[in-house]
Amino acid sequence: MELPLLHLALVGTPNSGKTSLFNALTGSRQKVANYPGVTVERKEGFFVTPLGRQVSLVDLPGTYSLRGRSPDEEITRDFVLGKASGEAVPDLVLCVADSTNLRLTIRLLLELKRTGRPMVLVLNMFDIAARRGITVDVERLAKELGLPVVTSIAVRKGGTADLLKLTDEISARLAAEAEANSWRALSVAELRATQREADRIIADCVSLPSRPDTWTARIDGIVLHPVGGLIVLALILFVMFQAVFAWAQPLMELLNSGFDALGELVHATLPSGLLQSFLQNGVISGVGSVIVFLPQIIIIFLFILLLEDFGYMARAAFLMDRIMGGAGLHGRAFIPLLSSFACAIPGIMATRVIDNKRDRLTTILIAPLMTCSARIPVYTLIISAFIPAKDVWGFINLQGLVMFGLYATGIASALAVSFLIKFFMLRDYAPAPFMLELPDYKMPRLKSIAIGVYTRAKMFLVRAGTTIFSMMVLIWFLASFPQPPAGATEPAIDFSLAAIIGKALEPLLAPVGFNWQIAVALIPGMAAREVAVAALGTVYAIEGGKEAAEQIGQVLATKWSLATALSMLAWYIFAPQCASTLAVIRRETGSWTWMAVTFTYMLVLAYAASLVTYNVAVALGAG
Amino acid sequence: MTDTNDTRPHMPLGLAHRGYTGVIQHLSAREAGSALSDIELESRLIELGFVEGARVEILHEGLVGRDPIAVRVDSITIAVRRREAMAIIVA
Ligand SMILES: Nc1nc2c(ncn2[C@@H]2O[C@H](COP(=O)(O)OP(=O)(O)O)[C@@H](O)[C@H]2O)c(=O)[nH]1
Ligand SMILES: [Mg+2]
Repeated sequence: MELPLLHLALVGTPNSGKTSLFNALTGSRQKVANYPGVTVERKEGFFVTPLGRQVSLVDLPGTYSLRGRSPDEEITRDFVLGKASGEAVPDLVLCVADSTNLRLTIRLLLELKRTGRPMVLVLNMFDIAARRGITVDVERLAKELGLPVVTSIAVRKGGTADLLKLTDEISARLAAEAEANSWRALSVAELRATQREADRIIADCVSLPSRPDTWTARIDGIVLHPVGGLIVLALILFVMFQAVFAWAQPLMELLNSGFDALGELVHATLPSGLLQSFLQNGVISGVGSVIVFLPQIIIIFLFILLLEDFGYMARAAFLMDRIMGGAGLHGRAFIPLLSSFACAIPGIMATRVIDNKRDRLTTILIAPLMTCSARIPVYTLIISAFIPAKDVWGFINLQGLVMFGLYATGIASALAVSFLIKFFMLRDYAPAPFMLELPDYKMPRLKSIAIGVYTRAKMFLVRAGTTIFSMMVLIWFLASFPQPPAGATEPAIDFSLAAIIGKALEPLLAPVGFNWQIAVALIPGMAAREVAVAALGTVYAIEGGKEAAEQIGQVLATKWSLATALSMLAWYIFAPQCASTLAVIRRETGSWTWMAVTFTYMLVLAYAASLVTYNVAVALGAG
Repeated sequence: MTDTNDTRPHMPLGLAHRGYTGVIQHLSAREAGSALSDIELESRLIELGFVEGARVEILHEGLVGRDPIAVRVDSITIAVRRREAMAIIVA
C-alpha cells in the first residue's frame, strides 16, 4: 500500500538548530524556492523514515511567537495554521528547542498547541545540555505538555534516530489526532500566563546547574568589550578583505591561465573565421573573465557563513547598532550590508531579518552602494592600467590606496544616503527597537558551511552560465556584425552595430569623458558589472588569445586619458549597473517604485560623480 | 526564578550599569519612549523572557552612550537598547 506523502514542518525560536536538523534529515534532497507572493525563502526537503514512509519536511523561519511581526514570522504562522496559499497543512509539527535554553521555546510550544496540530517537541542540542550538566526528565515533560518529546543531536551522525523512530510511530496513528484550531493572537496577559506556565513546567522537569557557558562568557568578555570589541571587529573585517584580495589571487591566476589555454586551444584547432572568433572571444574569454572571480565569491561567503554559524554575527550587530544608528541604520542592517560586499543580491535578501519596514527599506536602498565583488574586475583592470604601483609615504602602495579609497567612498556614500533618507523622509520617527538574542557560541560545523558555500557557488556559476554567457554572445554579435565591406582599412568594429549604438550614446556620455567604446561596454555591463571588462576587450578588438586582463589594460592605457579612467572608476562606485539587483529590489520591496527610485538615485550619483571627477582631473592636467 | 527583593528601590533596567543584577518587578511600556506601541513592546519583551520574577544581569554595554546593553535573562542573553529597557522595572 502506497501511503500519501507525510508533511512535516520545523518550527522553533531562532538558533534552536532547525536548519541543522533539516540538513541532517534531508541531506542533499533539498529544494529552495520562494513562497508565492512573498519573498521568504521556502526550504523543503525529502527523506524516508526507517519504516519506509515518504516525508516532506519544511524548514520554517525562526520565531518567538505566532503573532507574525515580520514577513518571515507571518509565513511560519500561516504555514502552521494551514493558511499559507498552496501549502498543505502540516500533518505533524516538529517544535525544535535548544535544550540548554528551554524557556522561550516551551512558551512558544504552549501557544502552538492551541493550533490543534499534532506536534512533537524535539529537544535538540542534547549533547551540549548533557555536557553542561543539565538534566531533563523527558517522560515527565511529555506528560506535563501532553505531547511526545524526543531528544536529538542534529550535528551528530545518528543523532536523529529517535526522532525518526517517533515519526514512524506517530504517522501510524496520525489521522485521529488533529484537533480544531483555537489559536488567536494572544493578549499580553495570556502571553504572560503562558510564560509562567512554561517556567513552572521547566522548574518541574529540568534541573539546571546554573552554570552558564563559560566559553561564551569568556569570549564575550573580549568580543563585546566596548573598545576591544570594535577592534576585534575591525580585525576580522581586515582579515576577510585580505583573504578576498590576497589569498584568492593564486587561484584566480590559475583559472585565468586555464581559460587562456582553452582559448589558445580553440584558436589552434579551429580554422580562423566566425566560429573561432565566437568561441574564443565571445564564449571562453567572456564567461572565463567572470568565472575567474569564483575564488573570491567562495572566500567571502565562507567568512560570512563561518561567522554566522559561530554566533558572531549577532555580536557584530550589537557592536554596530549605535554607530550605524547615527546614520539612521538599524544594528541588524550590519549583516545584510556586510553580505553586500560579496553581492548585493544575498545582502538584500538578508534584510528580511529587519522587522521594521522603514529600516528594511533604507538598508535595501543603500545595499547596492557597498562594493560588490563584481566591481573588483573593473577596478583592478583600470587601477593596474593607470595607477602607478609606487609607494606613497614610504610604505603604502598607491594602487592599494586607490582600491581602498573606492571601497571607502562606497561605504561613506551609503551612510550619507541613509542619513539623508532619515533626515528628509522619515524625520518624525523614533528608531525601531533593537532586540536580539545573543546565542551561545558554537563550533562551526563543516557540513553546514559546505552546504552553504556550495549553494552560493552554484548560484554564481549558473549565473555565469546563463546571464553572462548570453550577454557575451550578444556583445560578440553586436561587435562582429555587420562585417566590414571588402577592402576597408579601418578596424572591423567601426562598421558594427556596437559602434552605431555606442556613437548614438556618445553625446550623452561625452561630458563625463566616456568615448563610444565605453558606452558599448556599459550596456552589457547592465546585466552584470564584470562583463564590462570582457566587453571592453571585445570592442577594442583584441584578438588572438590575448584576453588576459593585462592586455586589455595595456590597450586602455594607450586609448584613454587618466581623466577618463578616473571618471570610469567614479562611475562604477555608484552606477546601478546590475539588472539582477534591481530585480531583487523590486521583488523584496514588492514595488516598481522603489526599484525606480534606486535606479534613478544611483544613476544621478554616478553621473554627477563622473562629471566632477572628469572635469577636476582635466583641470589638473590629466585630460 | 527568585523572590522579589523588596529592600532595594525599583528602577528601570535602562538606567542600570554594567554588572547590575536584579529581579524584574514589572513591565511598564509607557515609561519607555519606544517606537512600538505599549502592547507591542510589552509582548515582545515577554516573548524574550522578560517576565516578572526573572533574574537579570547587565553583562555588556555598547561604546556610544553605553548603548545597547546585553542582558542575561535567566539562562539566555538578549541585546536591547536602553530606550526599550526603560520599560523593564527591576529591583
Ligand atoms: N552541538 C550541537 N550544535 C548544534 C546542534 N544543532 C544545531 N547546532 C548548532 O547550532 C547553531 C544554530 O543552528 P541552526 O541550525 O542554524 O539554527 P536555526 O536558526 O534554528 O536554523 C549552528 O552553529 C549549529 O551548528 C546540536 O544538536 N548539537
Ligand atoms: Mg535556520
